[in-house]
Amino acid sequence: MNPYNYLYLAALLFTIGAVGVVVRRNAIVVFMCIELMLNAANLTLVTFSRINGTLDGQVVAFFTMVVAACEVVVGLAIIVTIYRSRRSASVDDASLLKR
Amino acid sequence: MNALTTMMLLPILGSLLIAVIPSDQVLRIKQAALAVTLLVAVTGVLTWFNFDSADTAFQFVQSVEWIPSFGINYAVGVDGLSLVLILMSVLLTPIVVLAGWNESEGGRWSAKVFYILILVLETMMIGVFAATDVFLFYVIFEAMLIPVYFLIGGYGSGDRAAAAVKFLLYSLFGGLLMLASIIGLYVISGANGGHTFDIAKLSEMHNYMSSTTQNLLFLGFFIAFAIKAPLWPLHTWLPGAAASGTPGTSVLLLGVLDKVGTFGMIRFCLTLFPDASRTFTPVIITLAVISIIYGAFLAIGATDIKRLIAYTSISHFGFITMGIFAMTTQGHSGSTLYMFNHGFSTAALFIVAGWMASRRGSSKIADFGGLQRVTPVMAWSFFIAGMSSLALPGLSSFVSEFLVLVGTFTRYPVAAVIATFGIVLAALYILIPVQKALHGPTTPGNENLPDLNIREKVAIAPVMAVIIALGFYPAPLLNVINPTSAHILEVQGFTDPLPSDSAGK
Amino acid sequence: MTTSTSLGYLIALPLAGSIILLLAGRKADKWGHLLATALSASSFGLGLYQLSQMLRLEPEERAFTQKLFSWISVGTFNVDAGLLLDQLSICFVLLITGVGTLIHIYSISYMSHDRDRRRFFAYLNLFIAAMLLLVLGDSYLNLYVGWEGVGLASYLLIGFWNQKPAYATASKKAFVMNRIGDMGLSFAIMIAFATLGTVTFAGVKEASESASTATLTGIGIMLLIAAAGKSAQFPLQAWLGDAMAGPTPVSALIHAATMVTAGVYLITRSNFIFDAAPTAQLLVVIVGAVTLIFGALIGTAKDDIKKALAASTMSQIGYMTLAAGLGPAGYAIAIMHLLTHGFFKAGMFLGAGSVMHGMKDQVNMRRYGALGKFMPITFVTFGLGYLAIIGVPPFAGFYSKDLIIETAFNAGGVKGILLGSMTLFGAILTAFYMTRVMVLTFTSPERWEEDQHPHESPILMWLPMVVLAIGSVTTGYLFTRGDALVHWLEPVFGEHGEHTELLPHKVVSALAITAVIIGASIALVKYQFSEVDAEAPNKVSILTRLARKDLLQDSFNESVFMRPGQVLTRWLVKGDDNVVDGTVRLVGRTALGAGAELRRTQTGFARSYSALILIGALVLIAGIWVITQ
Repeated sequence: MNPYNYLYLAALLFTIGAVGVVVRRNAIVVFMCIELMLNAANLTLVTFSRINGTLDGQVVAFFTMVVAACEVVVGLAIIVTIYRSRRSASVDDASLLKR
Repeated sequence: MNALTTMMLLPILGSLLIAVIPSDQVLRIKQAALAVTLLVAVTGVLTWFNFDSADTAFQFVQSVEWIPSFGINYAVGVDGLSLVLILMSVLLTPIVVLAGWNESEGGRWSAKVFYILILVLETMMIGVFAATDVFLFYVIFEAMLIPVYFLIGGYGSGDRAAAAVKFLLYSLFGGLLMLASIIGLYVISGANGGHTFDIAKLSEMHNYMSSTTQNLLFLGFFIAFAIKAPLWPLHTWLPGAAASGTPGTSVLLLGVLDKVGTFGMIRFCLTLFPDASRTFTPVIITLAVISIIYGAFLAIGATDIKRLIAYTSISHFGFITMGIFAMTTQGHSGSTLYMFNHGFSTAALFIVAGWMASRRGSSKIADFGGLQRVTPVMAWSFFIAGMSSLALPGLSSFVSEFLVLVGTFTRYPVAAVIATFGIVLAALYILIPVQKALHGPTTPGNENLPDLNIREKVAIAPVMAVIIALGFYPAPLLNVINPTSAHILEVQGFTDPLPSDSAGK
Repeated sequence: MTTSTSLGYLIALPLAGSIILLLAGRKADKWGHLLATALSASSFGLGLYQLSQMLRLEPEERAFTQKLFSWISVGTFNVDAGLLLDQLSICFVLLITGVGTLIHIYSISYMSHDRDRRRFFAYLNLFIAAMLLLVLGDSYLNLYVGWEGVGLASYLLIGFWNQKPAYATASKKAFVMNRIGDMGLSFAIMIAFATLGTVTFAGVKEASESASTATLTGIGIMLLIAAAGKSAQFPLQAWLGDAMAGPTPVSALIHAATMVTAGVYLITRSNFIFDAAPTAQLLVVIVGAVTLIFGALIGTAKDDIKKALAASTMSQIGYMTLAAGLGPAGYAIAIMHLLTHGFFKAGMFLGAGSVMHGMKDQVNMRRYGALGKFMPITFVTFGLGYLAIIGVPPFAGFYSKDLIIETAFNAGGVKGILLGSMTLFGAILTAFYMTRVMVLTFTSPERWEEDQHPHESPILMWLPMVVLAIGSVTTGYLFTRGDALVHWLEPVFGEHGEHTELLPHKVVSALAITAVIIGASIALVKYQFSEVDAEAPNKVSILTRLARKDLLQDSFNESVFMRPGQVLTRWLVKGDDNVVDGTVRLVGRTALGAGAELRRTQTGFARSYSALILIGALVLIAGIWVITQ
């Protein structure tokens, strides 16, 4: 199969993720979209690894997965805390950085 | 173990020791701090005696790889110049601790933090003069700002936060310019014999630079040092910082930290960029002369005793800078000696002014008056320190100031002549506060001010002893300074001008 | 010559005294004055011993230097802490320690009621040490140390009662004006080092033989400025009158006998420079001549006895400076007048102190009168000093002043006649104002304020006065007998050739005595034989009014230097705050302002941030794509 198709898929996934981050308000959904973008990037890495016949891309993909896992832990914890204190998971309500 | 590294480690270990003492045992903490600083001072004096003054190369050298991929080493060593400054630093620190016994209380944080900061600062003061690796120097140069920032901002008086921020921003600004120059040097060294930060190797690099490059790199260093020194018109951070800090902090700030500026001019500006130094000499001499006169006038106009002392220092740093760039052995040795002497005379002034201010609860000159009759010992201490500041012959500053003037006169007579007018202004800026604060009728509210106690006398006595002893017998210092000064000038390719009237005959 | 005693002890003894007294504090109140006096006296003894050693030797071998240690040595700039004892310095050593010891003795009694007497003696000893260093130093730099040392001692002593603001100001003024002079000395040393490569007397003397005239003129003028500052010569004379704020023994020792004559010492010591620099020498003469008239004019109008004496000192030092400016013929005579003046003026100041002691510190002569009856010893000793200063033969001042007038006339040409006339005119003025002082104080009818009970001073006070009075009577004769002093000083100043004689010696003497008679008679008529107001009259000539205001010296300094200086200081203080620091603050404010503006883009909405990131990334990619295409 043409490996370039994977790249197209990854681009599609990334775009979905990016649009999702921008348009959705629910923090959980935003978070899922971010995961989607990360995995799109992972997919590209693996694809290039395959195309070039080296292992570098796959190694980086593993790193990304580990980082993503950490990020999920921290991120979900933050979202849960915010939800507990503000009774809302909308990212627009949490514009605390402005102040 | 290497003497310099030992000296740098001792205060750090001391600060760890203090860290484990409970915060409420303030007296124990102070005693520990004093003991540690005294120990360092003793080590410093021993190092002094082991130093071979005839040898112009770096001594007590130690070099350990630090970040090998960039060619960065932990490399230390001293020559006459840095040894004198290190000696001054380690002698002043215990005096500061003892003189400011109670100034750590009432700050934003505990006394424990104060002494930890002081000890960390002491390590850095030694390191900044001892570093022979430019990168190491830079790191310490910048890291020194941190303890001083907290010392001013946390324990000072008045508008301490603003003064601390101003000090930090000014210094960072200069530091970053210097960093750019250091990176430039590093890149050039990479193209010419391998990346390095070793000062000896870098001092060859000026052969491979265009004059524009050299001038730009020089300016990066020089502006950083001119802010530190401080030279007109980059001086406005000093009065605020010196007036807001505790007296002890101000002593270390004016006495030691500012010397890094003039030290750097000799060690880096002259050594690394000899041609650029020549190019900029007229400008720098002019700025130095302006500093001398300008600082003196502002000191005359000052109404706050601490600001006054800060302004006198601007004048004195003008003298030091002028002597450095006069490029004569008298000017150089005089400037180095001046750095040492200024450390002590300013320390004395600031310490006594601090005592006066803490007793009276104000540092306005107008709030004092007639102290000579109320607190004779304190008044005398201030007077002698003031006399040293106006370079009275027989006191230490005279020797250095006169050497600077004579050294400058042989090459730049006009600058020396204008600078000499500074000695008349010096008489004014010292005698005016002396008259207002010490003489005259006793101002109401001052009748019962206590005179110096035993601790304070013990603290000020060694400073006075140094001021007087070196005035009559400066040879011990000059013997160490002279070979280094001569060596630096020789490398620069300067020789002293010959007496003009006998040259032709 | 080798000697068994080190010259260092001469200085070390009084120096040790001052240090001990200052460090010991109140504990030394009981014995401090005795120790100080003893140390000063032992210094005098050492001086006499050195003199006796010198007398045993041939004249050329008498001078010797002693290196104590190497003081400053950098490159070719080498200055030893070295002392030079020669015929000139021994004169000063004996004057300083001799008169100094007498004044120590006097002060024991004079200051006995002052709670800070110990401190006073410490300062006196410090002064003696510094003054000895000044005259014994073997280089200009060593001299400089003593030079500023005596300035410091003078500052401390003028301001001894500095709880009075006016006195504190007077001491500050003296120090600052002296510093202007000191600046001249610094310049001289710098020029000497830059052009001749040495700063020792011997070295400069040797190098001056081959030096250019311009160099020597430069050094000479700078030395003259230094001398003018220290010796209260025109135009740096204004501090001396105010210096009378110090206790009277101080005025006698420092501001009459010794320190103020240091300028004359400096000029005569540098004779080799002035001999080779005619312009500088001419300036010395001019300064001397102007000051001698200037001081005498001020002296005629002063009602404060100490200020009248101070003006007189200024004028007499003008005589010395003038003589020193006359070249080889004048140096020895300048020194002679300096020494005789040291005796009679110190004696008169002590006399004035004794009068004040008996008159509850009243200094206004218009409130004296008829004191001769109540203070016989003071009257006689003061009177002997008076006869000496106006130049009545055979008192000391006659010999020395006579020689100055004669030398001035013989300077040759118009210059000689001009200078001679000025010295004669000065002699008339001197006779006038001194007679005025004498009459107003001792012989005219009494004009005391109420509750005055004048009485003679105790023995410790009058004994020194008697000794000094004897000196004022005899020294002139002793110095001139067989030209003793001139020959004694010849190895230092060199022999001077025969000069053209405009007027024979006897004519000059006759002229001088006539001058004295004229001056004294006017004063007698005005003050002895006519009523004297107890209050200074207001309707007086413009000249008197000017003289009362010290010929506007202070107004001049204030309007030309002080006020502009104050304005400049204010401007600079404001400028530093507004312009220099203002620029820095402007940078800071600009950064804050820019931040405030840019902050508006930070809405706090996470989704708009992410949208911006997305757009930014797209723009970046598009950019890269455009470039690579």
